[in-house]
Amino acid sequence: MESGPTSVAATPAKSSLSLARKLRARPELILIPGLFVAIVLIWEAIIRGFDIPIYIMPAPSNIALSLVNTAYLDNALYTLGEAMLGFLLAAVCGIVLGGLIAQFPLAEKTLYPYLIAIQTTPKVAVAPLFIMWFGFGMTSKVIIAATIAFFPILVNVISGLRSTDPARLELMRSLRATRWQIFTMVRLPGALPMIFAGLNIAIIFSILGAIVGEFLGSRKGLGNAIMQMNVNLDTAGVFATLFVLSAIGVCLHLLMGFLQRKALFWADSSKIPAV
Amino acid sequence: MPAMSIVRDTSFNQEANTYLNQSAAIVVEALEKTYATHDGGKVQALGPISVTVPQGGFMTIVGPSGCGKSTLLKLLSGLIPRTAGSIKVNGEEVHEPHRDIGMVFQSPVLLPWKSALDNVLLPARVLGLDMAASRVRALELLDMVGLADFAGRYPSELSGGMQQRVAIARSLIHDPSILMMDEPFGALDAMTREVMNLELLRIWRKAGKTIIFVTHSIPEAIFLGTHVMVLSNRPGRIADLVLVDLPAERGLEIMSTDAFGVFSNRIRSQFRVHSDMQGFL
Repeated sequence: MESGPTSVAATPAKSSLSLARKLRARPELILIPGLFVAIVLIWEAIIRGFDIPIYIMPAPSNIALSLVNTAYLDNALYTLGEAMLGFLLAAVCGIVLGGLIAQFPLAEKTLYPYLIAIQTTPKVAVAPLFIMWFGFGMTSKVIIAATIAFFPILVNVISGLRSTDPARLELMRSLRATRWQIFTMVRLPGALPMIFAGLNIAIIFSILGAIVGEFLGSRKGLGNAIMQMNVNLDTAGVFATLFVLSAIGVCLHLLMGFLQRKALFWADSSKIPAV
Repeated sequence: MPAMSIVRDTSFNQEANTYLNQSAAIVVEALEKTYATHDGGKVQALGPISVTVPQGGFMTIVGPSGCGKSTLLKLLSGLIPRTAGSIKVNGEEVHEPHRDIGMVFQSPVLLPWKSALDNVLLPARVLGLDMAASRVRALELLDMVGLADFAGRYPSELSGGMQQRVAIARSLIHDPSILMMDEPFGALDAMTREVMNLELLRIWRKAGKTIIFVTHSIPEAIFLGTHVMVLSNRPGRIADLVLVDLPAERGLEIMSTDAFGVFSNRIRSQFRVHSDMQGFL
């Protein structure tokens, strides 16, 4: 009975102790926000100290004001929608086509050099064509985003599927497994680390695609906002939009990291190809 | 166990090993494997080999590196096609992997995204067996290999020895009458290896399977086997076929007995004949 109060009293002390210990073990938890504050302060000081005009380079305080005063949510959701539709389209096409191509070694050998050639061509260069073909609406942006996001997924699906451990194939053959069983039980799960690496690149590429599409011709979205603000010399607005974009990028990256840890809990994280 | 009567063929070409045992698990006749070389020639990798493995027997195959031990096992299991000869498993000619054979490979080959239990269940799933019954059996097998408490663990959480035990349980899930093991304990340390050898003997006595076991360790071959097939250097042929008439209930202490030494010397003498096998000894 006497131990009751003591343990209650000890709890807060213990938790503050463990927080201090946690910070000592991972000093980056302080350093990451610390660096942000330092950059903002120095930036603010330089802009004010040298009296730089706001349309050349805004101070962090101007950007913060612009963030608060302008409605970014609508445009952000629009761009995010284009990018996510493009990403999903690319993921479905990339995984299905990659899976099919990897089933037929001859198709794979024939197509692979072309895929590498297309993969290394800057797909942004064909974006004007899509605007011409599909107009200024959402469709052209979704297709541009999908085109850019598709190839890293496809190439990683194929190389993931063809790097199947031969010992696992032999095990399945000793059990007289069908092609479909080998694919679903061994090849596809084994390719997941590579596939996720491709999806990680693709999800960021899809945002890039949507923005580029909006630059070329659009009525809405963050890319459209940047173009308009640039014309109006609203440099603080441009920076604020960039901030929103990078926040979206970080969120998507974290989301993919979360999904990856759920799906690849079994994989040695050092063996998952880094993005 | 049925009486194992073996008449050993002493001639080197192994034309006719004749065995009197009626209930043969595996009958191999004039088995050969040749590979095509890059310059269009042919190289004899194995054989001709003729041998009969009795039902419930434990045949170990020992020989120098590269003599074709693993090739022989893959031929017997139907994983690779033969060039000539015949292989009969339970009276049926082998052309492809046989359902009545369980395989254990050099490495455990577990699927890292499946728990120990689900890895053991893999053959049941592939072969379309009743999953509820297989689950019960898988848990029994995990218990038999001493991993009852590890059914839910993933391969990355298990030691090398534990992973190979899971692989042994997996090879037994569809209740094959024959187990084929290709240097399954080669990657384990000496202590774990001895424990695994004892476990395997226990499992063999309990489950009553016919086992073919490839190894490069002469003591392991004698300790485990009821029969030791000694293969010559490439192309692998039967240099000697030793009936190990030590008691079936064996402990590690048997390895220091005179009888064990006699078997050991007899097998070693096969390798001393050929000077090019110095590296093996």
